[in-house]
Amino acid sequence: MRYPLRDPRDKRLPRIAGPSGLVIFGVTGDLARKKLMPAVYDLANRGLLPPGFALTGFARRDWAHEDFGKVVYDAVREHARTPFRQAVWDRLAEGIRFVQGTFDDDDAFDRLSDTVRELDEVRGTGGNHAFYLSIPPGAFPVVCKQLVRSGLAGQDNPDQWRRVVIEKPFGHDLRSARELNAIVNDVFPEESVFRIDHYLGKETVQNILALRFANQLFEPIWNANYVDHVQITMAEDIGLGGRAGYYDGIGAARDVIQNHLLQLLAFTAMEEPVSFSPQELRSEKIKVLSATKLVHPLSETTARGQYAAGWQGGERVVGLKDEYGYNPTATTETYAAITVDVDTRRWAGVPFYLRTGKRLGRRVTEIAVVFKRAPHLPFDATMTEELGQNALVIRVQPDEGVTMRFGSKVPGSTMEVRDVNMDFGYGLAFTEDSPEAYERLILDVLLGEPSLFPVNAEVERSWQILDPVLERWVEQGAPQAYPAGSWGPAEADAIMARTGRVWRRP
Amino acid sequence: MIVDMPATSTQQLNRKLVELREQSGVLAQGRILTFVVVTDDSTNTEDAIESAIEASRQHPCRVIVLVRGAKKAAARLDAQIRVGGDAGASEVIVLRGYGPLASAEACAGMTIPMLLPDAPVVVWWPGQAPPVPAEDPVGRLANRRITDAAVEKNPVRALEQRAASYAPGDTDLAWTRLTLWRALLASALDQPPYDEITSAVVDGEPDSPSTDLLAGWLRSRLTVPVKRTKVGAVGGMHSVRLNRASGPIELIRPDGKVGTLTQPGQPQRLVTLGRRPVRDCLAEELRRLDQDETYEQALLALHDITRGRAPAGARR
Repeated sequence: MRYPLRDPRDKRLPRIAGPSGLVIFGVTGDLARKKLMPAVYDLANRGLLPPGFALTGFARRDWAHEDFGKVVYDAVREHARTPFRQAVWDRLAEGIRFVQGTFDDDDAFDRLSDTVRELDEVRGTGGNHAFYLSIPPGAFPVVCKQLVRSGLAGQDNPDQWRRVVIEKPFGHDLRSARELNAIVNDVFPEESVFRIDHYLGKETVQNILALRFANQLFEPIWNANYVDHVQITMAEDIGLGGRAGYYDGIGAARDVIQNHLLQLLAFTAMEEPVSFSPQELRSEKIKVLSATKLVHPLSETTARGQYAAGWQGGERVVGLKDEYGYNPTATTETYAAITVDVDTRRWAGVPFYLRTGKRLGRRVTEIAVVFKRAPHLPFDATMTEELGQNALVIRVQPDEGVTMRFGSKVPGSTMEVRDVNMDFGYGLAFTEDSPEAYERLILDVLLGEPSLFPVNAEVERSWQILDPVLERWVEQGAPQAYPAGSWGPAEADAIMARTGRVWRRP
Repeated sequence: MIVDMPATSTQQLNRKLVELREQSGVLAQGRILTFVVVTDDSTNTEDAIESAIEASRQHPCRVIVLVRGAKKAAARLDAQIRVGGDAGASEVIVLRGYGPLASAEACAGMTIPMLLPDAPVVVWWPGQAPPVPAEDPVGRLANRRITDAAVEKNPVRALEQRAASYAPGDTDLAWTRLTLWRALLASALDQPPYDEITSAVVDGEPDSPSTDLLAGWLRSRLTVPVKRTKVGAVGGMHSVRLNRASGPIELIRPDGKVGTLTQPGQPQRLVTLGRRPVRDCLAEELRRLDQDETYEQALLALHDITRGRAPAGARR
């Protein structure tokens, strides 16, 4: 019998990853330092990494293993979520290696190959390795080619695995996404490719499925009979700072709507999957994305903007054009809003408004399901003057939770109805320290559990939805300016006003 | 904030709680369970409260601490409410009953009006547990009852008593302390070769209930001969060996801190395996509110293990 000690009723038993190692390309980057390395330590601290786990860094810096170990140590001390424990660190540190080189350096990859083989022998990583490409997509082809040439990508032994983890952007339009997928799939079969969308690792996003499909309370009204429209917002308060040069030619729609917001839409609008197996979940997501169409005319249903100088939370900040390294003639948008319909019986006639921007009022990500007004109000107009539409808001970050907004009688001798809030706070009901998204995702890569990673088809479908908007914007010239610290350009309000709606202030 | 309420009643206490809530906002709103701690003056109550508060950081709850005072005294109830910084993520209500109010029945009576509506109730005895937890007046209120065989005067007999009195919802911290050991063994068997295990040897301190439970668990899952030995004299669990045709899997923890995992054809691996503090164990217990069938089966298999002297590390 395989797995004799496992029992589905034994829910205490965590799934520890099998013998394996993680190789990170681009270890000197911000992401590696602030998220990946701390997440690896947190996993180790929670006892979820295999004994003998190995972490290998690859970068151009002239470091020895110990120098890299120090970098990881500092990153862990500064950014790890769980308390530092020397015993855990000592075990982890034994498995840290560094390989110096550039992507076009054959020797470096041969050395990496030797390092990985040595880890198999010394640490017992068993030939199981995940390659985390925390590098610009432009470098994917050369790295993939090197992985094949040096034999690192080879997966001949059925008991061993090689997996590759890639970060957004997954291309910049449908065509480039297909090219990128072709390059990666040429080396790694699709089931070995893990595309990280860190939003999907967040507890609140996974909770959308629990909220909708584990309860009887919400699903009956989760359709066009009761829902007026849906607003999905991801707002950032930071500007581009030094990243302005990189952002040029990408813009808010490509950076956020194509991946995060369309994934959130898929979770919000999808039908109930037959089961929670990765295949079933994906086929429902692909189905709903296939039914998602832009609302035309695009001139009235989409908006974009570029932040100008302004006051943000007590700080005077510069506009995009004055950010260091930015090309002042570029027309890249920092704010984007689009309107889509989901052409299914459930959602017929319910617009989904997706917006994202930098230098907005505050940092917030949320999904607001706004309900229709009650069909008949037995009150006269003065009694319900202050009553808005009911809403259910899923707060993805910060202050994760769910808010319900509905009318309640104001105390007093007259019948007056006003909006009130009912709040569920994740942090209040459960845990102060739920795992970071990257912890969950890295563990899932090592376990080979693909549920929370978008596949090829989803990525390509998302580009298909967005491409017409991007093409139109190219022809339009410069985007409208909006003052930093506000909630976006006037154009964005117009796409709501067109149908008598307004943006929620998140 | 700590509010002392000497010589009081549960009605006054409830009124005070509502008053505090109106003054300072949230409190019990959104709490998802009530955690009852039953102690008497023989156990260190402050330590128990500290552990409960630490565990509740992961599971915000209302903590009710029942301190059973002197039985030969006049009837009297002293209460204390701790909220905010003094209670971590929870609110703590300490009820200290004297005289007739120190009896188990009276404790249950004082607890009922303090329970959160509809929310599950977990009770923990940090010291001596009642002989049949599920039939104890306070235990009956709870969905889940946590005992700790390791702190009882005779841990081995306490564990036998647990097996005799088991009811769904019972659990013991001696079992919780094993989770990492069990996870490591299960993961080792997740990997090839998928050989049949032929026998197992578990070694640990003579009065380590966790060692007995691990042997019981292996016996219940593998249905092969399992031997319990008593060679490693320090720090509870000492070692496990799973024998199979392709060579044994061994997990040895000589110093109570770091374990060594040995498998044929693979390098030795070191793994952090320190004894888990009570607060971590409690946090794990609060995560699971359903009955633990695996624990029950491990208890039931206790009488099927053979006991011997041979060290687990030595070859047969």
